[in-house]
Order: sequence, then C-alpha cells, then structure tokens
Amino acid sequence: MCDTCGCNVTHGNEHLLKSGAPLAQTSNGSESIEVLKGLLAANDHEAQHNREHFAEHRVLAVNLMSSPGAGKTALLEATIRDLGDRYRIAVIVGDLETENDAERIRRHGVPAIQISTGSACHLDAHMVHSALHGLDLQEIDIVFIENVGNLVCPASFDLGQHCNVTLLSSPEGDDKPQKYPVMFRAADLVLLSKSDLTPMLGDFDPRRAERHVRELANGAPLIEVSSRNGHGMSAWTGWLERALQLQRANGAVEPQRHVHAAAHTHD
Amino acid sequence: MHELSVCQAIVREVLELAAARCATSISDIYLRVGPLSGVETPLLRNAFPFAAAGTVVSGAALHVAPTPVRIHCSRCDADTVVPPNRLLCGQCSDWRTELLSGDELLLDRIEMQCSDEKDHAHV
Repeated sequence: MCDTCGCNVTHGNEHLLKSGAPLAQTSNGSESIEVLKGLLAANDHEAQHNREHFAEHRVLAVNLMSSPGAGKTALLEATIRDLGDRYRIAVIVGDLETENDAERIRRHGVPAIQISTGSACHLDAHMVHSALHGLDLQEIDIVFIENVGNLVCPASFDLGQHCNVTLLSSPEGDDKPQKYPVMFRAADLVLLSKSDLTPMLGDFDPRRAERHVRELANGAPLIEVSSRNGHGMSAWTGWLERALQLQRANGAVEPQRHVHAAAHTHD
Repeated sequence: MHELSVCQAIVREVLELAAARCATSISDIYLRVGPLSGVETPLLRNAFPFAAAGTVVSGAALHVAPTPVRIHCSRCDADTVVPPNRLLCGQCSDWRTELLSGDELLLDRIEMQCSDEKDHAHV
C-alpha cells in the first residue's frame, strides 16, 4: 500500500516541505524532502489546533475508520436519519477521488465537505483543518470525519478527534482485529456493521471478534449494527449521545480559546 | 508503512548531529523498532539507501534491533513478552494489560568520523 511511497505528503501538508518551509531539507544533492518524525510532530500540532477549534464551539469530533466498503457512509446516512432532528451534524469525508460520498450525505440536508486525497491513503490533521474552515462550527454539534477506507495508515495520524470508531463489517471476517492490531488497538468503539448479513454468512462470530479486540488489551465496547434494517442503531446513537455529553461536560468547564500563529492563514 | 519517510527522518536527524560535530562520514546507524510501530524492517532497509543518497549518511550501515512487545498485567502484576496481535498476560491470560515496549521507533546510536579527530566519535 504505502510501501515506500511517502504517502504522508498530502495536499494539506505539502506546503511544509517546500523550499524554505520548516521541514524542507536543503542538503546539496539530496532529494530527500520529507521527514516522518517532523511530519508527525507537525501533524500532532495541527491536530491539537483542530481540537481547540472543536472545544471552542463545543463540537464532538468522531473519526470513522474501516476497510473500504465496510459501510461508513451508509452508517452516517442512517445516523443522520435517527439523530438529525435532535443534533446538528456535519461530515468531512476523505476518498482518493470523487464527491460521491459527500453528495450522498448532502441529500439528507447535512453539510458535507469532501476531501479528495489523490493517492494518499489516509487523512491528516492539515487536511481536516482546511476542511473545517468550510464548516460553520458554531452551528454544529457533531462532526463525523469519515476517513479513507484503509485499516493501516489512518490509525497513525491524529486528526484532533475525540474518539475513534472503527467499523468491522461481517463479510470481512471476525479475525480482522488479529490481522490489523494497530488499527483495532486505537478504537474507542468497534461497530460490527452489516449485521443483517451475519446469519447468511454463518461464519462471522461477534463473540470471536470481541475476543480478538480484547486480545489487543482494548476494552472498547462492540456493537452490532445494520444501517439497512436499523438493528443496533439505538445502541450506537446512545453511545454517541453519551460521548457528546461527556465532551461538553469536559469542554464546558474551561473553553479553550486559541490564537492563530502569525504564519497561519485561514482561507 | 511510511518506511521511506521514516528513513528520511533518520537521515535528517543524523545530518543534524553530523553537522554539529563536523563529521565527514557516518559509518553506522543503530535503530530500535517495535512491531507495533507500524514500520516493517525489510522495507526500512530497502528505503534507506534512497533516503541517504547524496548525503554524508550515504554508505552508513543501518542496524535495526527489533524490540519485543512487553506488557504489564494489572491483575497479576507480571511483565511478559507477547506477540503483537495478542497482548494477553503471559502469566494469567488476562487482557487488562498495558504496553511497556513494542511500539517504539528510535534512533539509538550513530557512529561517525570527524574531520578534526581521527578517532570515531560515539554519539
């Protein structure tokens, strides 16, 4: 996938690598221009900046991760149907190409910002930050960040989110946490999606999936959901509402005001 | 994943250290890499010559020491070494453990040759 591609250079952060920028290398004859440690430090700094934006506006930010096709967008559509009357929702969605997912979300009357990552296989904090300026956070309660479908790279990049929700769809097999430990170790909630297909598959065992998550020393809850028939949706939306309340209780005590650094521009 | 980027980060750090000590060449770079860092050692080795090309780091030998996944059990207090996808206590099999090592990606030590001194400088 990323092999040696330097895929952490994205539209959002490439300015950091240009000549004269903080991460550029100027050694004679060197073609090296990219620095992961520096990039992750820059990413972590930007993630913190995003977190301050969320805190200022008392917004809950949820990072949704999964394989491609596990049902992230369908889950969001069902979630908007169930919670859209009570909470103001917005979606930031990353894909390599197309506006398809953002268009699906917008049909439900919810603002959606599509990030086309080109060849990058994950979202980073800079890309999310750019997208945030397309949203009026004052008018939003919950922001979903639908990450690029990928069980490897997205787990390594902090976006400023308050929680990671990882989907594992039943056709993928219940041993995915064993195969992708870094991703499933990072999950605050695991949604076993497409639960309507579980009886037909016959070999997907939710208890086995849970056992594999525990084997990663992760105590995150697992919820079986089906966006199609609504199974488990109330447990999922209940979890979300509690996360929002918790976030507001924490953030309400001392809302963080942040000042942009001089070099920082919002366009 | 991101192995080329990791190598470039290593080269950048080593170049800074080398410049501060007026080193003319670097002979050895020692790393410690854990299986939960998300970095694969064979890919790291393949990517390193490309990241080092054209710098004083070019030609340096890259030594990668794998670190074990070690966990501490909050139930029985034992420290055990376990596989990266099975962080259960090696003693009592409980899952409530915390990671002690196994996710690191560290530049451990470099050996360089300095212009003013004939001896190797150990950093």
